[in-house]
Amino acid sequence: MTRLLVSVILTSLGALVYGLLLGGVSRVITASIHGRIGPRLTQNFIDLWKLFRKESSIHHGTMFWMAPMFRLTGGIGVLLLVPIIAGNSVLTNMSFSGDLLLVLYFMFFGCLGMALGAGDSGHPYAVVAVSRGLLQMSAYELSFSAAVLVLALGLGTFSIENIVSAQQGGILNWNVFRFPFATAAALITFLPMNMTYPFNIVLAPQEIPIGPPTEYSSRFLSFMFSGRAIFGVAKLILFVNLFFGGAGSWSSLLIKTFLLYMYPLFVSPVFPRFRTEQSVRFLWFVPTSLVAVDLLRVIL
Amino acid sequence: MYCNKIPDKPVDNEKIWKKLDDLARANSLWITAYGTGCGAIELRPLHTSRFDMERFGIAMRPTPRQSDVLIISGYLSVKTLKRVIRVYEQIQDPKYILALGSCTIDGGMYFDSYNTINILDRYIPVDVYVNGCMPRPEAVIDGFILLMKKIKEGKAVGWKRYKENLEYYRKNQREIIRNWDLPDYNW
Repeated sequence: MTRLLVSVILTSLGALVYGLLLGGVSRVITASIHGRIGPRLTQNFIDLWKLFRKESSIHHGTMFWMAPMFRLTGGIGVLLLVPIIAGNSVLTNMSFSGDLLLVLYFMFFGCLGMALGAGDSGHPYAVVAVSRGLLQMSAYELSFSAAVLVLALGLGTFSIENIVSAQQGGILNWNVFRFPFATAAALITFLPMNMTYPFNIVLAPQEIPIGPPTEYSSRFLSFMFSGRAIFGVAKLILFVNLFFGGAGSWSSLLIKTFLLYMYPLFVSPVFPRFRTEQSVRFLWFVPTSLVAVDLLRVIL
Repeated sequence: MYCNKIPDKPVDNEKIWKKLDDLARANSLWITAYGTGCGAIELRPLHTSRFDMERFGIAMRPTPRQSDVLIISGYLSVKTLKRVIRVYEQIQDPKYILALGSCTIDGGMYFDSYNTINILDRYIPVDVYVNGCMPRPEAVIDGFILLMKKIKEGKAVGWKRYKENLEYYRKNQREIIRNWDLPDYNW
């Protein structure tokens, strides 16, 4: 029990540090694309500490307080249910106690908590953003769930550990080569999941000032930042496990997650934002059609 | 919707983390995206590759709840002052004010106007003034560097001054804003 607790704390802290560092790298790379010097690599840590130590003298109700906790819990929950390094007894955490279906549920736990908290804040822009977010979520959840279903049907298991072990024995065994269309669809849904351009209709600073967190300040915001960093890393590890053969060692984990993290950076700085209906139409049509090809192949 | 409670007087009890806090605050200044007067146009170039304010950790935030700095960018009409007070009081402590241009210092070319204020510091506490009409982006960055230095030295305490002397500031604000309908404090 103590060992599990220590592992949980260390995993969460490690994911937080790694997530914030990845955020720093992405800011520096975006600045280079713009031809700027850009912020320090550690800027996100400085921002987080500053926010944590700022005064929080306002609140708007119980759900408003709980939403950042939901976000953090959602992030840590997904992280703990995913085996981080295949075969490592310490870092499997609680991956034995839940399968892919539980992870799918937990992935939306934080977002739903955030939606309730933002609704409690009473800010009109927050409510607009929540309705946009839930609509977009229902759009990409369809194709992501279908991609996961392709894996489950194709490999005959819902357990992430079994999915990872089915991909061992060579790069051509990875699901990205076995189920290329489902992987492509899942990679498209990775963009709205991370709220990057062109799908960032929820946090659209020029349209609806920052969306759900409009009323969130100081310590609340620092918890939300931490939750987002941890959740980001959890999603990276999940995608590596599902489609890119899992990670057998620290080095392969870091390389694979870093490369996967870089992928939205090639898309987001050069695309403008979709309108809500464009985003939903795209997500319902393109990734769903892609995943349908693999689904038919698996069923037939 | 309003909470009418007057804020408590600031208590200085953060000695253990103070150095680290001040360092973090100085290197992560988030600005409320809010412009008054003609100086707002001088803030746009700060985003660009030529001036790049992000290298100092300075970023724009679209809501006062999440920001640290309010920039009064030029002349301030009485009507806008009312909005500035609301925005300033919604920012969470510690918060700083950077005032740009001659207009905020002594009224500038609008010194005898019937509807602009002359000395900004009488209405809200200013931490750093940047003079000029209008100050170029280089001067604004220089003002930011001075503000960062003051924060690191623990001398940017306008927000404490505001809370300690709230009656003084309210008196001045009420004198100039005729249709006063603000609550005791804008939480």
